Amino acid sequence: MEPMTTFTGKAVALPVENIDTDQIIPARYLKVTDKAGLGAGLFADWRRDDNGNPKPDFVLNRPEAAGAQILVAGHNFGCGSSREHAPWALLGYGFKAVISTYFADIFRNNALKNGLLPITVDTETYYQLVSMIEEDPETQLTVDLAQQTVTLPEGQQVHFPIDGFAKYCLLNGVDQLGFLQQQEALIAQYEATHPQRVNTLA
Amino acid sequence: MTNNGQPRTLFAKVWDAHEVRAQTAATPSVLYIDLHLVHEVTSPQAFTMLRERGLTVRRPDRTLATMDHSTPTTPRNALGIIPIADSQAAAQLETLTRNCHDFGIPLYALGTENQGIVHVIGPEQGLTQPGMTIVCGDSHTSTHGAFGALAFGIGTSEVGHVLATQCLIQTRPKTCEVRVNGRLQPGVSAKDIILAIIAKIGVGGGTGYVFEYTGEAIRALTMEERMTICNMSIEGGARAGMVAPDETTFAYLYGRPHAPKGADWDAAVAYWRTLPSDEGATYDRLIELDASTLTPMITYGTNPGMGMAITDSVPAPDQLDEPSARATLDKALKYMDLQPGERLLGKPVDVVFIGSCTNSRISDLRLAASIMQGRKVAPHVRVMVVPGSQQVKRQAEQEGLDRIFREAGAEWREAGCSMCIAMNGDQLQPGQYAVSTSNRNFEGRQGKGGRTFLASPLTAAATALTGVITDVRTLL
Repeated sequence: MEPMTTFTGKAVALPVENIDTDQIIPARYLKVTDKAGLGAGLFADWRRDDNGNPKPDFVLNRPEAAGAQILVAGHNFGCGSSREHAPWALLGYGFKAVISTYFADIFRNNALKNGLLPITVDTETYYQLVSMIEEDPETQLTVDLAQQTVTLPEGQQVHFPIDGFAKYCLLNGVDQLGFLQQQEALIAQYEATHPQRVNTLA
Repeated sequence: MTNNGQPRTLFAKVWDAHEVRAQTAATPSVLYIDLHLVHEVTSPQAFTMLRERGLTVRRPDRTLATMDHSTPTTPRNALGIIPIADSQAAAQLETLTRNCHDFGIPLYALGTENQGIVHVIGPEQGLTQPGMTIVCGDSHTSTHGAFGALAFGIGTSEVGHVLATQCLIQTRPKTCEVRVNGRLQPGVSAKDIILAIIAKIGVGGGTGYVFEYTGEAIRALTMEERMTICNMSIEGGARAGMVAPDETTFAYLYGRPHAPKGADWDAAVAYWRTLPSDEGATYDRLIELDASTLTPMITYGTNPGMGMAITDSVPAPDQLDEPSARATLDKALKYMDLQPGERLLGKPVDVVFIGSCTNSRISDLRLAASIMQGRKVAPHVRVMVVPGSQQVKRQAEQEGLDRIFREAGAEWREAGCSMCIAMNGDQLQPGQYAVSTSNRNFEGRQGKGGRTFLASPLTAAATALTGVITDVRTLL
């Protein structure tokens, strides 16, 4: 994973609450065995009609949304299924961060493990961002993970919380498996001192 | 059992017993996983990662794989084989077979005697036991919490972590007691309890929490009913839901293939009896519900929180204050093609689906059969009954339930996730309405353009007979 650096990107708004992972990527796209190409399935049923043609009124199909890197969405983004294909699809499409008032737990975990930044803001900031983007679809935001800030066009800075360990991993491009592997001695000790509950091979 | 004299919750006891490394200022906890369940859809990329890094599966003896999500549920051919028409699904299933072979993981392959939905087979094999940590790359892993296990869904990166180290990096969640008082009335079931809870708190209401279901109504439930409730914890935003183990739990587990035997059984039960929350243990939050006032529930919208008593009317967006909430409900009603104030009773449906990890166990099928026995399904309705596992299927056939369904005009199919996830050939057509015993009514969940009303097996069976959304209490 590449270390995450400060970036400035265009933001798009999808002001819908509880956007579930079935919308982010429908199940029929999950019959794959790798991660490649999932961006094509992002919001597939909101983006395209039954004949596969783009729906012109969907936000990502508007010309001014081209090249967007930040998605602003309603609360509880990423609820539903545990499919990691959801952050893979968002990243594959070109998004680097999602801003919402809160995220579903599994989605947030999955996003952080892939370098997609889930940014939690308060309701007031959320509505401010949505109306700002509606007024100016070219709105650019600057995301600084090290400082945990989002900077708005007028210079206003919004602070966001993030788990310290996840932040460390993102900033250094470290994946979390390495940390677990370093715990080998503790894991072996745990196994030696705790009964095995079930044996699937027995 | 107390820790430093402090009363603890069931959750805390299970969590504390599995911390390999405690949380520090800089790092979350490292949690040991007792049982890892694997299926074909969320595991391939994790095995690829293992190969790329030259890693092995640390504990194949604590890992079990099955095939369920992308598997067809069409009847076996003359050779007894379930044909796979979709080449992409076939390739995914072959990948799982190869991965399990290469890494030494036991696999319940399609068509074999123990195959089934991952959250049905764990309990039925006696692998799911109180006090364990259980994970799977599937959000409905919360099901296993019915036994007093801490069980939750994980992503594919985490599947890789568990395969490689048998551990997960986790931040300790908060706890919420969901106390369900009173007793259920006839025609009202466990599914209605959980739909009512989610309607009350919303689909994000439990985010950040582990639920523990307590109270008279929960204690009175069978294990399979408790599984239905824990299964949908995730639909309220809670990654895990738990029920304290009791005599009902022990009786269900006794004699199952992987349950402890002899002296080990006695020792296990002695341990399990220490797990229920201590007197005076505190939770971060409390949600209360009175089961005796519940009626059959049904959803009207596009998430499981958009639910109501089956006798109620669809709510109106303009009654909501929040602009975002108003827009969301408005979008849902447009998708469902429903009007504010509309009643759902009497509304025609095209499909009835009885199955999924929520409601495909033998007791669910018995309930549905009890309504359908000696009656015919409405002529315009497609009714699919999909057992949760091959074992459930055999049991149902021994009891003659398959005959009841077939004679009523319903389809009796092979075991799998089927129309709950609609990535296996079983799906709604655009615009169709279904009453489904599954867990999600998201847009397109049961097929692109399909519209889902979530309900109990009793409501589904009643609706199958009349062809319109029906209050089962009128048929009892």
